[in-house]
Amino acid sequence: MERQGNAPPDDIPIVLAHEGHHGPVIYAANRTARLNGINPGSRVVDIRAVCPELQVEYADPAGDRAALERLALWARRWCPWTVRDKDDGLILDTTGSAHLLGGEAAMLVEMETQLSLLGLSAQLAVAPTWGAAWALARFGPVRSVCGTDEVGGKLGPLPVTGLRLDSETVLLLRRLGLKTIGAVMEVPRLSLTRRFVKAGLASNPLLRLDQALGKLAEPVASVEAKPRFQMQSRLAEPVFDPTPHLPELCEKLCNALKQAGQGCRRLRLTVYRTDGDVSHVDVATSATTRDPNHLHGLFRDKIERINPGFGFDLISLEAGSVEEMQEQQNRLDGGSDDDLHLTRLVDRLSAKFGPRAVTRPVLRESHIPERAEGRIAALAAPAETGAITPHERPLRLFDHPEEIRVLYAVPEGPPAQFIWRRQTHRVTRYSGPERIAPEWWKDRPGTRLRDYFKVEDQTGQRIWLYREGLHEDGRGGDPRWFVHGCFA
Amino acid sequence: MSLLKVRQRLSGQVKRPGTMVHTLSEAFPETVTDAAALGFVLTRLPRTTAPILWVQDRLSRKETGRPYLVGIGMNRPIIMVDLSNATDVLWAMEDGLRCRALGAVIGEIWGAPSSLNFTATKRLALRSEAANVPCWLIRRAASPDLSAARERWRVASLPAAPHPHDAQAPGLPRWSLELFRSRRSKTGQWMATHDQATDRLDLTPSVRDRALEPHDGTAGERATG
Repeated sequence: MERQGNAPPDDIPIVLAHEGHHGPVIYAANRTARLNGINPGSRVVDIRAVCPELQVEYADPAGDRAALERLALWARRWCPWTVRDKDDGLILDTTGSAHLLGGEAAMLVEMETQLSLLGLSAQLAVAPTWGAAWALARFGPVRSVCGTDEVGGKLGPLPVTGLRLDSETVLLLRRLGLKTIGAVMEVPRLSLTRRFVKAGLASNPLLRLDQALGKLAEPVASVEAKPRFQMQSRLAEPVFDPTPHLPELCEKLCNALKQAGQGCRRLRLTVYRTDGDVSHVDVATSATTRDPNHLHGLFRDKIERINPGFGFDLISLEAGSVEEMQEQQNRLDGGSDDDLHLTRLVDRLSAKFGPRAVTRPVLRESHIPERAEGRIAALAAPAETGAITPHERPLRLFDHPEEIRVLYAVPEGPPAQFIWRRQTHRVTRYSGPERIAPEWWKDRPGTRLRDYFKVEDQTGQRIWLYREGLHEDGRGGDPRWFVHGCFA
Repeated sequence: MSLLKVRQRLSGQVKRPGTMVHTLSEAFPETVTDAAALGFVLTRLPRTTAPILWVQDRLSRKETGRPYLVGIGMNRPIIMVDLSNATDVLWAMEDGLRCRALGAVIGEIWGAPSSLNFTATKRLALRSEAANVPCWLIRRAASPDLSAARERWRVASLPAAPHPHDAQAPGLPRWSLELFRSRRSKTGQWMATHDQATDRLDLTPSVRDRALEPHDGTAGERATG
């Protein structure tokens, strides 16, 4: 089952490819391609030679799987038990719900219509067991309906591939001359048991046959849909300011979260305007929470960003990134919970000034001064810990080193005098140079080395200078000088 | 024992020198690019591992750079907040002072914006004392006008102490400190020598000596502070 935005014409062979060991390999093919003899598993390069008009798209198995998970929840409209079956199927346990849709045949037509409205083509079958439905949907007639007592008869003519076996076992059965499921059924049970005694479920035809015939149970373990936490407030007449309604909405939402034992990390306030437009504001927290006062406070300066238009008459507050959250006890001795307060402070600052304004500097492994410090989110744990160099480093570092004009005493030594920000500094003492070579695995070729000097000027200020490059090092003209930081 | 006496005793206990209540202090660097004030502020922070909230406005960051973690050499986390104007800096500092989990709050404000008036500093001072979190304002390109800061320092770099192994090189940094307003202690002037390796600050009262010779301190000569 593939989702197609605007469906390509049926007469063009289209394949989905994924990366194999020796270039792209075909992952799935449409009907025209299959009729042309293109099978999954062959290399795209070979098939291009055979079939030049072939269209190749890259497969997205993870995206398909996620879409199928959503589709399984969408299919709850027909029955309460739905589950995704591997990468290309859905299993619906319609026991007791088919008669509501006018019988099984009518239900299949209804399903196919609804799925085609979504732009999906589907092969459907009804059978008493998971295995039989799997085989009939893929290898049986269109929209086949199979009763409880006719499973054996309907499965008989289907190929052994319909038993959900792995490819080696299918090949083995074919070599033994067992081409259909009916042929496998005719083999004495004892012989099959003896032959496949050590085989697992995916390579054991007997177990698979029992599952298809209903002799071995295979229940549908339905996944639970995550509840949506959303609170709405319908207003009698349009208003322009959602502020008075916000505390009540937060309170209700947090009560719902508390009853479910959950907390949220995102909140979205949406207003539905009378002119049909929708406007929303998002806030995020750095730890899961369900404290109404805290969540309400995060909206304080953001409400103004809502565009009310001609007023709105419906406000909804929805919790996102919902996670499980345990109730934590405050300290018994009456002290404050420090971690909680710190996360709340970071939340408030990030909500007001944006998450990029609140960071935490951490050490990184690098000799280049500006790369020895990185920035992470304020409450994240540092991934790598760089070591502090034994060399002396300044307390302040400029984001962009500032170029200075210098007066040399000797070409390789420190300057005797330099002009920085239109002021002349006379060098009284210096230490250095400390040579820092460029990181060849990161820097562009032609990056010049740096010689760092700590100099003290006539007023006692200690400054970190560097000379970029050497005289006649073949990487540009005369070396340039920069101020990079200030010592205490 | 009457209730009044008990209360007097308790208040006397609180004001022991060991249990100092932290408060708002201001530091005025002599020149804008001088990092001596920053070094002095860092020596005055309590020795804990609690995180520091460090708030900078845009001009301070552009003109004087950002604090460099490698040079500061502290293992406690720093939460940096980069903001655009002084109003936001004061808001963030005040919000940070509500949180007792912080080890210190440091703010850097450039010039004398109108939002940094007596009321704003008074609010910071009261919040800092209520939460017992030290708060430092580093004010560059500013004149010390009306403020409720309990301690106000003027800090400048002095020529460094001689290097023990290299006569050419500057040794331990020396600062001139001036406490020109204080509520708790006597004001005064000191010359400080800071040793970052042992985290030791030696204060010597400044003695009036004659002005430096014009050729003093050039390369090759021994320079003493």
